[in-house]
Amino acid sequence: MSTENLITLHTLCTHYKVEVSFFNDLNEMGLIEIQEIEEIPYIHNDAIYEIEKIIRVHHELEVNLEGVDVVLNLLKKIDSLQKELVAVRNRLLLYEN
Amino acid sequence: MAFIDYYQILGISKTATEAEIKKAYRKMARKYHPDLNPNDKDAEKKFKEINEANEVLSQPENRKKYDQYGENWQQAEQYENAKQQQAQYQRGGQQADFGGFGGGADYSDFFESMFGGQAAGGRGRQRAQYKGQDFNAELHLDLKDVYTTHKRTLTINGKNIRLTIPAGVENGQVIKITGHGGEGAAGGPKGDLYITFTIDNHTNFKRDKSNLYSDVDLDLYTAVLGGEITVDTFDGKVKLNVKAGTQNGSKVKLKGKGFPVYKKEALFGDLYINYLIKIPADLTEKEKELFTQLSKLRTS
Repeated sequence: MSTENLITLHTLCTHYKVEVSFFNDLNEMGLIEIQEIEEIPYIHNDAIYEIEKIIRVHHELEVNLEGVDVVLNLLKKIDSLQKELVAVRNRLLLYEN
Repeated sequence: MAFIDYYQILGISKTATEAEIKKAYRKMARKYHPDLNPNDKDAEKKFKEINEANEVLSQPENRKKYDQYGENWQQAEQYENAKQQQAQYQRGGQQADFGGFGGGADYSDFFESMFGGQAAGGRGRQRAQYKGQDFNAELHLDLKDVYTTHKRTLTINGKNIRLTIPAGVENGQVIKITGHGGEGAAGGPKGDLYITFTIDNHTNFKRDKSNLYSDVDLDLYTAVLGGEITVDTFDGKVKLNVKAGTQNGSKVKLKGKGFPVYKKEALFGDLYINYLIKIPADLTEKEKELFTQLSKLRTS
C-alpha cells in the first residue's frame, strides 16, 4: 500500500511536541483516523488542519478531548448552516425586485 | 499611538492576582479564540488584544514595567535600551504563538514600544511549529465575469497572485488557495488564502446556482394565437416558438442555456423563461368593437 499523502505519527509527535498517546486517544474517539502500513502508524495529510485545530483548542483553551469533540461538531454545524444561509440568500435574490 | 489599558481589556482591576488574571484571560480566550469564531475579524482582533494583555500582565516583570510606566510608556523605550545594554538581553527566540489560525502574533505599536516586537516573556517559545496564518480576501466580480473561466491577478499583502477563476463560481462561495497565507510559525508550513466571492448581477437574469430565470413580455396576440419570438439568453439571442393559448406566468425551459456548472467543463444549467402577457391599453374604437365581438362570441 502506498504511503503517498500520509505522514507518520512519529513525525507528527515530534513536530507538535505531543505524545503518541494523544493521537491514540483522538483515534479512539473517532476524531482522527490512524492507518497502519507495515506496522507503522500514519495519518493522512488532509487531517493535519483538523489536528492542529484540536491541539490548539485542547492546549490553549484547556478543553478536554470530549469537549474538543463537542466544539468540532458545533463548528461543523455552524459551517453547514452558514453555507445553507448563503444558498438561501442567493435564492432569495430570485424573488427580490 | 495610544496607551492601551490591559487591565480594562481583561476586565480586571489593577490589584488583580495572578490567578485572577489567568482566570480572566482563559474566560476571554475561550470566547474569542479564532478557532471558535471562524472568519470573524472582530473576534480575531479582540483575541489579539487579550493575548497582548495577558502577555504583559501574566508575567511579573512585564507587569511591573507596565504598571511603572503606564501612560508614560514612551519613557519605557529608554528604559529598555538601558536594560539591554546592561543585561545583553537575548531576544532571539522564534516568533510567538498563534500563527496557525489567523490570530497572528503581531502586537500593537504600544506593546512593541514597551516590550519590543517579540513576546518578551517567552511563553510562546516552547510552542510547536504551526502552519502559517490563513488570509481572507474578498473578490467582487460581475456575473458576466464568471460566465467563463478566466485568470486574474490579485494583490494580497503586497504580493501578486495569479489565479484561475472557474466559470460558475457562486455568490458567497469561498475557495481556498493553498500555501498563499502567512509564513508558518517556527518553520511550519505556510497558511492558506481563502477568497470569498461576491458576485454582482447587473443583468436581467436571475440566477440560482446554474439555472437562470428571466421574464419575457409577450403581446396578447402572440399569446393567444402562438408565433415566434426572439429572446435574450446569457450568450446571445435565440428564436422561440410560442404555443397558441400561452397563459400569463407560464414558463418554458431552454435546456443548456443557463449558467455554467461550477468545475464541470462544458456543462450548463437551464434558462427558464417566464411569460408576462401584456394586455393592450388605449384601445381604438375599432379595437374595442372587435374585442366586444370576440367577447360575445365567447359568451354566446
